[in-house]
Amino acid sequence: MENVTMLEMRGIDKTFPGVRALQNVDFTLRSGEIHALMGENGAGKSTLIKVLTGVYTKDAGVINLDGQYNVKIHSPQDAQKLGISTVYQEITLCPNLTVAENMYIGRGKGAVTHWRKMNADADKILKKLDIPARATQQLGTCSIAVQQMVAIARAVDMDCKVLILDEPTSSLDEQEVEKLFGLMRDLKALGVGIIFVTHFLDQVYEVCDRITVLRDGQLVGEYEIKDLPRVQLVAKMLGKEMDDLSDIKGEHALYSGEDAETKVLEAEKLSSNAGIKPFDFYIKKGEVNGFTGLLGSGRSECVRAIFGADRVITGKVRRNGKPVRIRGPKDAMKLGIAYLPEDRKNDGIVGDLSVKENIILALQVMKGFFKPFTKAQASAFADEYIKKLNIKTASADTPIKSLSGGNQQKVILARWLLMHPEYLILDEPTRGIDVGTKVDIQKLVLELASDGMSITFISSETDEMLRTCSRLVVMRDRKVVGELSGEDLTQSKIMSTIAGGE
Amino acid sequence: MNKTKLKGGFFNRVSDTNLLMTITIVIFLMMYIGAIVFQGSGFKKPQMFFNILNANAALIITAVGMSIVMITGGIDISVGGVVALVSMCCAVYLDKANGNIFVSILIAIGIGLAFGIVQGFLVAYVDIQPFIVSLAGMFFARGMTTIVNTAPFNVQNKSFVKLKSTRITVPKMGSYNKKGLYIPAYVEIGVLVALAIVVILFLVLRYTKLGRAFYAVGGNKQSALMLGVNVKRTKFLSHVICGLMAGIGGYVYFLHVGSGAASHASGMEMNAIASSIIGGTMLSGGVGNIAGTLFGVLSLSTIQNIVSSAGLDQAWWTGITIAAMLCIFLLIQSIVIRQRKRALKR
Amino acid sequence: MNMSLLKKITRNQMFIPVMALLLLAVVNLVVDPGFFKVTLGTNNAGNPVLSGYLITILDYGSELAILALGMTLVTAASGGQDISVGATIAIAGSAMLRILCGSNSHPDALQAPIIVAFLVACLVGMLCGAFNGALVSVFKIQPMIATLILFTAGRSIAAWINNNELPIVPDPKFAYFGSFIPGIPIPTTVFIVLICVIIMALVLKFTNLGLYTQAVGINEKSSRLNGINPTFIKFLAFVILGLCVAVAALIKVSRLSTINYSVIAKDIEMDAILAVALGGNSLSGGKFNIWASVLGAYVIQFLTTTLYKFNVQSDALAAYKAVVVILLVFFSAPKVRESLSGLGKKIAVMKARKGESK
Repeated sequence: MENVTMLEMRGIDKTFPGVRALQNVDFTLRSGEIHALMGENGAGKSTLIKVLTGVYTKDAGVINLDGQYNVKIHSPQDAQKLGISTVYQEITLCPNLTVAENMYIGRGKGAVTHWRKMNADADKILKKLDIPARATQQLGTCSIAVQQMVAIARAVDMDCKVLILDEPTSSLDEQEVEKLFGLMRDLKALGVGIIFVTHFLDQVYEVCDRITVLRDGQLVGEYEIKDLPRVQLVAKMLGKEMDDLSDIKGEHALYSGEDAETKVLEAEKLSSNAGIKPFDFYIKKGEVNGFTGLLGSGRSECVRAIFGADRVITGKVRRNGKPVRIRGPKDAMKLGIAYLPEDRKNDGIVGDLSVKENIILALQVMKGFFKPFTKAQASAFADEYIKKLNIKTASADTPIKSLSGGNQQKVILARWLLMHPEYLILDEPTRGIDVGTKVDIQKLVLELASDGMSITFISSETDEMLRTCSRLVVMRDRKVVGELSGEDLTQSKIMSTIAGGE
Repeated sequence: MNKTKLKGGFFNRVSDTNLLMTITIVIFLMMYIGAIVFQGSGFKKPQMFFNILNANAALIITAVGMSIVMITGGIDISVGGVVALVSMCCAVYLDKANGNIFVSILIAIGIGLAFGIVQGFLVAYVDIQPFIVSLAGMFFARGMTTIVNTAPFNVQNKSFVKLKSTRITVPKMGSYNKKGLYIPAYVEIGVLVALAIVVILFLVLRYTKLGRAFYAVGGNKQSALMLGVNVKRTKFLSHVICGLMAGIGGYVYFLHVGSGAASHASGMEMNAIASSIIGGTMLSGGVGNIAGTLFGVLSLSTIQNIVSSAGLDQAWWTGITIAAMLCIFLLIQSIVIRQRKRALKR
Repeated sequence: MNMSLLKKITRNQMFIPVMALLLLAVVNLVVDPGFFKVTLGTNNAGNPVLSGYLITILDYGSELAILALGMTLVTAASGGQDISVGATIAIAGSAMLRILCGSNSHPDALQAPIIVAFLVACLVGMLCGAFNGALVSVFKIQPMIATLILFTAGRSIAAWINNNELPIVPDPKFAYFGSFIPGIPIPTTVFIVLICVIIMALVLKFTNLGLYTQAVGINEKSSRLNGINPTFIKFLAFVILGLCVAVAALIKVSRLSTINYSVIAKDIEMDAILAVALGGNSLSGGKFNIWASVLGAYVIQFLTTTLYKFNVQSDALAAYKAVVVILLVFFSAPKVRESLSGLGKKIAVMKARKGESK
């Protein structure tokens, strides 16, 4: 296939109050290629995409599309009309409409909706893509993964010239990702230019032809995939040679206190209203273990049950051997258990409150309603942890929502560390975070454990788990199906346990 | 391929909108049949039902407009004020200036549209909360009504009085009085207007892109924007339609009462909101149906009639029963939606 | 830098209410230089009283200021407003009268001590608040709609409590709360507001009510995972507002020594919500500044008094208020502010360019 230039962005500038999000960025997309857009958080990927889709208006620069010089894109509708369609990481569909409506709203001419034709068309596409949903079903009644697939189906159906996939895979399981990749290759064969944004390096090397790397709002360069090995890609994203990611476990001594065999927490036949099958679990002092399994296998639900975030239905819990009852998060916190939730935006940060208030929140709740910290105490706590975790913020009084994702995560981490928990649960602490911060967090986990904190670590990236955990609980279909430790902790062993079938 | 099984059952398959509306219609029918069985005489005559329509045609129209704004995720509490202002302006124009009917209708529509356009602009394009905007709108309309004319008065304009007393006979629905005389059943002009509007707006919401856009914006503003819906224009138009309905509703109200007074239609905005909710519209937006709203108004006024014909004539009972009914419907909504969410989680 | 200081001031939450207050003051001063004159005279009973427009504003703004305290908390915690406060004032007031007068609507002497009646009113107010709070927090009904129930039924319930009669309190002492205590020339209501404000300040200082309320208002889910009970915090906010309602009811009923069910505290919910909005608090919840709301309440009363002074009919008052409100909200809308400051910058740039070309 002849690769002609489909989209050219030249000299794009975008400034937000206080931040130069994009500086003189160029980007070229050819027809029939899959082009990865890579960069750390805050590198400007999202901004560049939002400029292209008309969500933001660029300050300077030119966009040429398919031979048209300097096209004007002022709104998502403009972008759609020009043949640019987008699938975002977060579901951008309307839960109250039907699946078919979500696929066709905002498109086409005429003022009237032809329900029958629309439903038939939608069903055809759903069938073709093997999406388990009906056209007439209300979208809100589909699972998140299916909703994401519907969003992709919509984008695919739009005869687009340019398809943007902004981290579409984060809520999909492996099969669904494969299905998506198949789809991408089909579209590529049809001459569509695809921009693919993801944090998963594996996926980049599996489907992409070219990579454009951004850093700090500036273009680092455009590369053919075969010319850029992984290590170099990471180095380009970080702007420095990476320290050796492969073995950080060795740098940290395991906890070796006398009480190293104490079971800090032990659960028996625990289950919650989130629908996990009863499971047994324990963690020893100074141990790092983890839950692994495909997305939706019940990893998060397990730790949520331990923390009392979902309503516990059955089971017994023992803390240091003593039976306890955990009815809600506060009970768990009183027992020295901390939980960093998976969904940072909705479950973690309190957006409009300052970094300081976000840091002290949990400890404050523990201390009690009638005993607020003084201003000096609160500031001292905040300053201590901003320094300790190297949180990049203008001041302790800056609202947390104006920080980058990685720094927000560090603030939440600080919140729980301030509580000095004996048992810390980290659910996907590194999702959507730049590589640098990822390594920081992994190192911190090992450091804390060697000081005697027990930690449960959950991550979608298996190699990350292998680097940090000494024992893995494997889950499938909301059930614990195995436990791996020592020699068994290898990528292939994990995969085969997850896949099952002995 | 592990195909996720579609969760079956009517309860999960039907959309939120249809579910809530179905509940309303069932409860209304039960209530009305109950009234016929237990209250006897009055409710047996079809005219009782037509009287409910006659008295509430204006409320139906304003409530329908309100539903559209609520489906889009907004609210407009100025409608009662607009109805009062329209009545007063038309009354003054017809009576004191001896104007003609046609122009008075234009005045009503003009006032309604003006409120809709200004409020819609402030909500959609300046991004001010609809509650505050329409609160100011309500204050303004009520105040202006007093400024136009303080004292209430009846309109004597001949052609208006003729129009007002026009009755449209409904065939075969009449009944015989004690002397055996046949009394034909009738509805007022306003009822026809109201029903026409219900049908038109029902079709608009169901079959036009604009109608679906109202739902999309109410369901999730951000998503709607990303899906290529012009969110600002959609919000703007929802308020314009609501304003227009308040204008038309105002004229129908005026046609029913035949007078202008500053105290007209007091609390009507709350009745309109209550009717919408009882009819299955959710204030959080995205869920609702015009037909449901019609039944909402009917339920609300039926219960009022039941209360007063049950001999609980003291004024406070009406307020308390409406409130109780609203409370029950809100609880039903809350529980139903929660159950569905839970069912989905499983 | 001058610019940044200016920015700091205009960004401050107190900026809008203070500016509005200043604007109103200046307008009044220009029209009538004697507007701010406060005189010491005697009332009908021969007691010394202060009078003047300022005193009127302070006096009649009291109910609103007290309601603004509770309304701010409700707004912050639930992201919605309580529109039933007028109606619940009627209920609490009616309950108070029922206790004071017993079953006889025109007794010769008080049937119960005032303090008992007030405590009962507090209980009734808190019960109403608890009802609203339960609907909002437990059943997750939007606040405006949940409170629509009591808004619709409240005045009817109030009438029902006293069998639709209008009891008249025989003891002149009861009237002190809404007017003057003999010998003290400052309106009693000013002291009542002061007490409420001090209590609220102490509560905010010595408990985490503020932090919890804001956290719940901003992100309910994450508050819960941090051990806060959002259901209870929302419920609590409504109960506190119920208490404020009872205090406001005391003042309202005391002013008349009787009650008019359909007119008492009419439209006060709208004014209370406006006070919160004028104070620069987001009506969709989250961060709040309670003192800005109180200031907002007095701004509204200032406006009302000013309009009365210009001989605006009480019924027509609403129209003028509406215009003022729209202007205020319009110019404080972030969008308008942005484009205005953008315009300012453009002008500055143009000026600079002109300077260059010269």
